[in-house]
Amino acid sequence: MTDLTGRTEDAAPPAEVPEMELFHAHSFLTKYVFCQDAKVIAIQYAGTAIAIGLVALVLSWVIRIQLAFPGAVALIDAKVYYQAVTMHGMIMVVYMLTAIFLGGFGNYLIPLMVGARDMVFPFVNMLSYWVYLLATLVLAASYFAPGGPSGAGWTLYPPQSILTGTPGYDYGIVMMLASLILFIVGFTMGGLNYVVTVLQARTRGMTLMRMPLTVWGIFAAAVMALLAFPGLFVACVMLLLDRTLGTSFFMPAIVEFGEHKAYVGGSPILFQHLFWFFGHPEVYIVALPAFGIVSDLISVHARKNIFGYRMMVWAIIAIGVLSMVVWGHHMYVSGMDPLFGFFFAVTTLAIAVPTALKVYNWVITLWRADISFTTPMLFALGFLVTFVNGGLTGLYLGNVIVDVPLSATLFVVAHFHMVMGIAPVLVIFGAIYHWYPKITGRMMDETLGKVHFWITFLGAYAIFFPMHYLGVLGVPRRFYELGETAFVPDSAHLLNVSITVLALVVGFAQAIFFYNLFTSLKRGKPAGGNPWRAASLEWQTPETPPGHGNWGDEPPIVYRWAYAYSVPGAPEDYIPQNEPPIRGELSS
Amino acid sequence: MLVALVMVLVVAGSLAFHFLSPWRATPIASNWGFIDDTVALTFWITTAGFVAVVLFMAYCLYRFRHQPGRRAAYEPENQKLEAWLAIVTTIGVVLLLAPGLLVWGQYITAPEGAMEVEAVGVQWNWSFRLPGADKKLGASDVRLVDGANPLGVSPSDPRGRDDLIVADGELHLPLGKPVKMLLRSLDVLHDFYVPQIRAKMDLVPGLVSYLWFTPTKIGQYEILCAAYCGVGHPQMRGTLIVDEEADYARWLSAQQTFEQSRKSDKGGEKSASNE
Ligand code: HEM
Ligand SMILES: [Cu+2]
Ligand SMILES: [Cu+2]
Repeated sequence: MTDLTGRTEDAAPPAEVPEMELFHAHSFLTKYVFCQDAKVIAIQYAGTAIAIGLVALVLSWVIRIQLAFPGAVALIDAKVYYQAVTMHGMIMVVYMLTAIFLGGFGNYLIPLMVGARDMVFPFVNMLSYWVYLLATLVLAASYFAPGGPSGAGWTLYPPQSILTGTPGYDYGIVMMLASLILFIVGFTMGGLNYVVTVLQARTRGMTLMRMPLTVWGIFAAAVMALLAFPGLFVACVMLLLDRTLGTSFFMPAIVEFGEHKAYVGGSPILFQHLFWFFGHPEVYIVALPAFGIVSDLISVHARKNIFGYRMMVWAIIAIGVLSMVVWGHHMYVSGMDPLFGFFFAVTTLAIAVPTALKVYNWVITLWRADISFTTPMLFALGFLVTFVNGGLTGLYLGNVIVDVPLSATLFVVAHFHMVMGIAPVLVIFGAIYHWYPKITGRMMDETLGKVHFWITFLGAYAIFFPMHYLGVLGVPRRFYELGETAFVPDSAHLLNVSITVLALVVGFAQAIFFYNLFTSLKRGKPAGGNPWRAASLEWQTPETPPGHGNWGDEPPIVYRWAYAYSVPGAPEDYIPQNEPPIRGELSS
Repeated sequence: MLVALVMVLVVAGSLAFHFLSPWRATPIASNWGFIDDTVALTFWITTAGFVAVVLFMAYCLYRFRHQPGRRAAYEPENQKLEAWLAIVTTIGVVLLLAPGLLVWGQYITAPEGAMEVEAVGVQWNWSFRLPGADKKLGASDVRLVDGANPLGVSPSDPRGRDDLIVADGELHLPLGKPVKMLLRSLDVLHDFYVPQIRAKMDLVPGLVSYLWFTPTKIGQYEILCAAYCGVGHPQMRGTLIVDEEADYARWLSAQQTFEQSRKSDKGGEKSASNE
């Protein structure tokens, strides 16, 4: 840290990359539909992700109704049930969460937060969205294919996923694989954009260590996704070949209902390795952007710099690297060589250390802060509780021997919903309430926001916390019905009913959010440019909502980090990143 | 105020639920008490973490809520504090990991002389094979499976002739003897799962996996499949009966050997063990 003299050159090194040329749209079609402006693409991505996410939400009701009232709805037979479980899981993880964090928030926030005019490859960026949309449509269309969508479970494990005992083994699985392949193609175009934009298009003075943690989180997640998705990609291609051309990548010699199949010599476990080589990093591809966003929400609404910024950045990087070598914790009882258990248990628990440090830094940020309980802040706090809870149950499942009795039970379902279902969704809501004023120029209603928060947070906690106990009891997951099972006491049924009722309540309560989202467009309080008095760059645009090119004539120059809150001696309790340095200020 | 209070209630409610709810692990019926112990250890360490973090957060929310005239402190970092937290966390993690790995070491090392019993999964039921007088299981191959040989036992392997084939999904084991279950699937992934035994392992077509345990309690237990294997997955049930030595011997002597089952099946119409 150096004492500044008040000269620009001391605080902001000269720019290294010249300004880029922008594509200017002239017609309605190129402005709002085939648009190359990252901000519009962001809205398209987020809108599509939320829409398909609602489908997945409705599917979760199908699952829950069957589990609490088995047989009550005649329409839900085993086939429909497993299709619902599969589509629910796959949509939520890939088509909803990944798309909204990277395609939605990534597109909107990266250029604005690093002071760029747009993504570096706007055309490819646009293409990325349209391929994603196509992937989503192909997946949704599988509901209308003969035999319906795949009911193989979101993990798609062969041999089962392509054999007749599984619903959708004929068309559904083919469309699922095709859709995933498309998704990855689309994502790769977007992902390259996010990475290159962060590396190349930062404005003058925006050093890497001055970037908001939101950008760090999305950047690290994009890098990880570029490394992890190819694992899924090849797995999908190979499985597709096994299914359509009769190759035997994953298929050993088997007898299907008394009939010998022509497959020989393939390895089902190889698929699991490829799948989880993608699947575990995927958890962090969702989590790291959420980590970043939550850091910024807490910091802004607690009027305090995020505690231990450098540690936070290194923790993101450490988590990113380590999470590429922990995939085997999903396979402790898969029949792979059990010696792997030692290795993966060590790496998995090692990740707990940087993750815990992030949690400490979030709560320490609250120490001696000035906390406003705005809606975004409430959602950030809800994230902390659910993430800590879900993260800690991860220590059970990561510690190989403890996983043995709990794996494949509802404990696992409760754990991953808490940590990668509820926690990131709370961040998404918080982020929408937080950035909505920048996106639309109007505030969302705070009262409705708070009602929405309390129902969602407490409801979701009450859904998934007790569910762990069904798992401890030994209730297996992916069971269409428990039937006669002596070790499960009748009282467990009560719990199942309560979970389902809450799931319906929480689900319907989301209507409050959508009502707020749409009515605030017209009726919300005008927000002004920086309603939260935030220091990071996206709040300093000359126009709100920001125009095409974001920054008017001159891109901003950045003089300090994004967390200059409550700096002693400063007149306000925040100093925007682009405010020229004050004589005597410490540079950071 | 209110927010801090609710956060405290979330902690209190979670603890109350844990201690008051009737839903616990089923009473254990095998030697894997160590597994239950590591689960308990994990519970105490993680619960301490959860309570500490959320209560600290709740305190901050109460103490440092916005009030007129308040201004936050400015403290970018505190490397000493961060280092301490890293060290304490690492110690906690090692405390969890070390016993966990020790028990895993036991879990994957079946004792010398454990009785070998084979469990075979097929959509959607369980069959078993026990060694005959020679105490050895004969070779097997999926490609040999047919109506008369549902488990694909190799007819050319003399060790297999006296193997006992149990096709009705009911397996008996003697009390107090270590058993090494050899797991084999003829079609898709399945998973041998008896909640009271605690052990669990996938059955994978194309290879033989295993787990071991010593039954410690006479009784009848459900065998479930814990790897999704198609629409019949929840119906894939078997029964494990742990017997006194004498009862076990009686049951054993009533089972057909591979050789007998092939003879009785010649010309017969018994079909393979599907659906
Ligand atoms: C309130 C909202 C939600 C409810 C009530 C819910 C409920 C369920 C239920 C009951 C299952 C089936 C469990 C089983 O028997 O295996 C399930 C599976 C799953 N859910 Fe959710 N869920 C919700 C939100 C989410 C979210 C946000 C995600 C995103 C990560 C998610 C990801 C998954 C996955 C990956 C599966 C596993 C699918 C499979 O077994 O193949 N869910 N969910
Ligand atoms: Cu994982
Ligand atoms: Cu099964």
